[in-house]
Amino acid sequence: MPTATLAQEAVVMPTGAISLLWLTVLLPFAGFLFNGILSLRRSTSKAAVSVVGPAVLIAAFAVAVAAFFQLQGLHPEAPIVLRYWTWMPVGDFQIEMALQYDQLSAIMLLVVTGVGSLIHLFSIGYMKADEGYARFFAYLNLFVAFMLVLVLGASYPVLFIGWEGVGLCSYLLIGFWFTVKPNADAGFKAFLANRIGDFGFLVAMFTLYHVAGALDFVTVNQWLLANPQLVDTGIVTTIALFFFLGCTGKSAQIPLYTWLPDAMAGPTPVSALIHAATMVTAGVYLVARSNVLFAMSEAASIVVAGVGALTALFAATIGLRQYDIKKVLAYSTVSQLGYMFIAVGTGAYVAGIFHLVTHAFFKALLFLGSGSVIHVMHEALHATHSHADAQDMRNMGGLRRWMPTTFWLMLLATLAIAGIPPFSGFFSKDEILAFAFARGEASPVFYVFYGMGLLAALLTAIYMARLMAMTFFGENRTGAAEQQHLHEAPAIMTWPLIVLGVLSVIGGAINLPHFVGGNEWLHHWLEPVTGAGHALPWVAGLHLPEGATEYALIGIAVLVGVFGLWFGMRSTLARAIPTPDAAPPERGFARVLANKYWVDEIYDRFIVRPVVGLSRGFLWKFMDKGLIDGAAVNGPAWISRHVLGKAGSLLQNGQVGLYLIFFMLGALWILRVALG
Amino acid sequence: MNGFLESLSYGQWILHALVLMPVIGIPLVLLVPERMSKHVALGITLLTFVVSAGLWWHFDPGAGMQYRSEVAWLPRWGISYAVGLDGISLFMVLLTTLLGPLSVLGSYRYITERERGYYALMLALLAGLIGCFLALDLFVFYVFFEIMLIPMYFIIGIWGGANRLYAAIKFFVYTFFGSLLMLVAIIALVWKVALATGELSFSYDHVLRNAAAAGDLAPWLFAAFALAFAIKVPVFPFHTWLPDAHVEAPTAGSVILASVMLKIGTYGFMRFAVPFFPDVAMGDPVRTIIVVLAVIGILYGALVAMVQPDFKKLVAYSSVSHLGFVMLGIWGGTLASVQGALMMMIAHGLSTGALFFLIGMMYERRHTRELAEYGGLARVMPIFALVLTLVAFASIGLPGLNGFIAEFLVLLGSFGRYPVAVVMATLVVIVAAAYLLSALQKIVYNPLDRPENQGLTDLSLREVLVLLPLVAGIVWMGLAPGPVLRRMEPAARAFVEASARTEAPAGRAVLGQGEVAR
Repeated sequence: MPTATLAQEAVVMPTGAISLLWLTVLLPFAGFLFNGILSLRRSTSKAAVSVVGPAVLIAAFAVAVAAFFQLQGLHPEAPIVLRYWTWMPVGDFQIEMALQYDQLSAIMLLVVTGVGSLIHLFSIGYMKADEGYARFFAYLNLFVAFMLVLVLGASYPVLFIGWEGVGLCSYLLIGFWFTVKPNADAGFKAFLANRIGDFGFLVAMFTLYHVAGALDFVTVNQWLLANPQLVDTGIVTTIALFFFLGCTGKSAQIPLYTWLPDAMAGPTPVSALIHAATMVTAGVYLVARSNVLFAMSEAASIVVAGVGALTALFAATIGLRQYDIKKVLAYSTVSQLGYMFIAVGTGAYVAGIFHLVTHAFFKALLFLGSGSVIHVMHEALHATHSHADAQDMRNMGGLRRWMPTTFWLMLLATLAIAGIPPFSGFFSKDEILAFAFARGEASPVFYVFYGMGLLAALLTAIYMARLMAMTFFGENRTGAAEQQHLHEAPAIMTWPLIVLGVLSVIGGAINLPHFVGGNEWLHHWLEPVTGAGHALPWVAGLHLPEGATEYALIGIAVLVGVFGLWFGMRSTLARAIPTPDAAPPERGFARVLANKYWVDEIYDRFIVRPVVGLSRGFLWKFMDKGLIDGAAVNGPAWISRHVLGKAGSLLQNGQVGLYLIFFMLGALWILRVALG
Repeated sequence: MNGFLESLSYGQWILHALVLMPVIGIPLVLLVPERMSKHVALGITLLTFVVSAGLWWHFDPGAGMQYRSEVAWLPRWGISYAVGLDGISLFMVLLTTLLGPLSVLGSYRYITERERGYYALMLALLAGLIGCFLALDLFVFYVFFEIMLIPMYFIIGIWGGANRLYAAIKFFVYTFFGSLLMLVAIIALVWKVALATGELSFSYDHVLRNAAAAGDLAPWLFAAFALAFAIKVPVFPFHTWLPDAHVEAPTAGSVILASVMLKIGTYGFMRFAVPFFPDVAMGDPVRTIIVVLAVIGILYGALVAMVQPDFKKLVAYSSVSHLGFVMLGIWGGTLASVQGALMMMIAHGLSTGALFFLIGMMYERRHTRELAEYGGLARVMPIFALVLTLVAFASIGLPGLNGFIAEFLVLLGSFGRYPVAVVMATLVVIVAAAYLLSALQKIVYNPLDRPENQGLTDLSLREVLVLLPLVAGIVWMGLAPGPVLRRMEPAARAFVEASARTEAPAGRAVLGQGEVAR
């Protein structure tokens, strides 16, 4: 066994809440079984579902909180590994079914179960009229169980169970209303894009095992640290980049981001939980979890940051010209995930996790808020039998009159995402941009990434202001009859929003920087996990700029946010907004944006259709049926039939009889020999 | 459990009983009234399964070949009825005995004419398959190999679909061609061994010990064995009989064909072709050819599956893809890859068996297998939709279900020797999702727009009972495959050692001994 000074496994046997961590996985799973069985019955007791569905989550959250405080007391320098059984025992290759609890998994566990609980509660109201109520909670519970396997797994293969499992749930929930074909198509597309990423994840695991001889985090990290000569070698870069391919699938980055906007076909709580707060951040978690690996390859890290910066900017531009309220938020999510990858690609792993946490708060709030709006819009349109689109912002306007709570809460989230102090997003986004700027000193390309991030921040403020303006300000465009039916969402839906609102405002407190008198709590908390990565040569020199530079960076960031909000608000409300049927066709670059740069069409034309066409036309029709079957197999049969004439007819109809005769003769021969 | 089994002296008779029970069942099925035959067949196969289940506990996980037993048959020709069981054959036998009662139960409504003949053939088929996996005498293996061929031919030819005769003959000619080659190779090999050792014997152990005597003939003999087994697997490009046979075969025929019979091919490679001629098999031209064909099969099968309008054909092509993994794993040459190959043989047996049963259940209701005829079934058949979804994801290789364990171990274990091939093969995870999920969507999701689908009834209790054991196996072996992996490890290890290429060619090793003696 190699001995290493860092990241060794804790030898203490865990007691108390930490030893009960398996419950956090098993409780939602039990909820899945319970609700799943109920969903197969014709008449379902909604009350039982409404209790069990959220209750398992809240119970899991309670365990997570207790475990967190216990961990805070212990504050071990090494992860606590809980082993249950050997999953794959094959000679030297032993993969344990084991969970790993450390400072990073503790944070993720709290976010997933905490935000998850709120979204489950919200869903009671949002889904109450749906006939698939029990099925919905079953899928949602299953999702949480897999998500917790993802964040708690102690090795890449166990993490991969969760990684693919959440993909499965995402597939099922995007296509939740599966009788509408586009919904089912969107689920299919999501799973397929994720599978392209999973190909990378698998190849990364094979390569890593080939060189390291292990796949659990503790041993892999020990091995990496024991072999400093591996820094910046091709092998480490290869492994890191294949893992990152997995991240681009799961976390919707270029080139695999196209599934996430389509994923909005699922119910809005799903968009909030899976496609904003938790699952899509799994890629960021993976890089942070593998910080030693990524810190050992500067090239791979630059790719991570570059792809993140490009995605942040690119998705933000598309967000400017969407009219579906959820589509705007979807592109916003893609863009914000890009920020997180800028952070972890810069080597600022804590900053990445920090933004992951604050984003989970304000983006979940934005999605749930939009869910309230859609819910109310839908009821109003339904009441008047209107076929107008309940998600199209051009049908909204002035809604703050009817939905003040939702409005104010979404406003808080908007200020947070736009990076306005002192809201949570300000601190996390500012830290990412500051680190990217600081990295520019050592490798100037990061100045470019900083610039792209800053520009994306401007666009973020603009499209968010546009969203708020079109939804809540100006004249109402829903229709005179419909207006009568507009109202605030019910309490079961607003209360979770209020909690998220509070968190969106104060969430920055977990990592307050020194310049406001904070002590960077998250940074210290995560030190045992990220310390090894931060200590590696390429990352070690990274420090936040101080003094004048620091204040200048903050000033620019705030200015950009404020200007963006003002500009977005003003330009949106400057003219009357036409309803969808009265809208003129888009022209110029706006048309390019409205069509999302035609990326879907390009993929379809140049990848999907050629592959399918090749498979059908060449492989199946030509190779299989024509060449192998036609020429090689049936050809000789045809020749024998037609050329050999009489003998051919024997083959045609008497074949089995002939064979049986031979068989009998053989049997007789054996018998004769045996007797003789 | 073991004490109880010992008290029955289980180990003494179990292997003979496994072959004899279905054989004894044949006259029983033929003698009872027509409508009773299925119940009798179910009873016999169920009993066979229960008896075979004792092996799970009684089998010694630490040992290699067990339960050896030998009965003299044709002593003058060195042929005896020799059987035995190791970690490789154990699970093939259990898979066969498990699928026996399920296939009978799954045929209850599908087979409505000439039932006695059908169930008698089914029992003969099972006996042949079990015999194949147990045989430790080359001649006995050949006889069983032929025995299972004939019932399958009739099952396809009599109870099959519209184009059954073409499919049955194609199946027959292909396999028969291979088995003839194999017979020639067996006789030649035994002859060479007899010349070298002075003892004429078809005994597996004897031939294995002295296989080096094949000398210059080794490449030719390997080629004959390999061709016979490659057709059976089927390895690309010998696969075109499979989609036709599957599409025309009745449900249970497809199930047995895909779940068990194809594995005779890969089993043959592991038991005979590779251990007899390791130098040829693992030598350079052959190794390269097989790995290339395996990877082509993996990707080609998946890509062609993606464009099939008929669900049964789709699953048939997916078998070509999955069996490619088994071939890759066998040649991967590590414990992980070989155990992965064995896991794939089981995993594919369970999930593809379940898929064919599900297709049969669709067919019994709608009399079509065209994907375009379905849509939205989840609304009227939620239990069916649930099972199909789970099995499809097992086949796709979702971790936590058994297909993943198999794929993962094969690829991980083969990566060291064939990194490029493994990366290429890994691409199939994308295509596999594409073909199975698009089929899944076309069947259970999408609008329920066809009137003929709107009145469909969900699975009956009988149908659930057919699927439940398979689903349980899929989940259990995905989460905790340890007990299975540990039982197959000694046999897999022995195979890896046997197939490890000796540096000097076999012929020279014999010479080397002579030199030492001098």
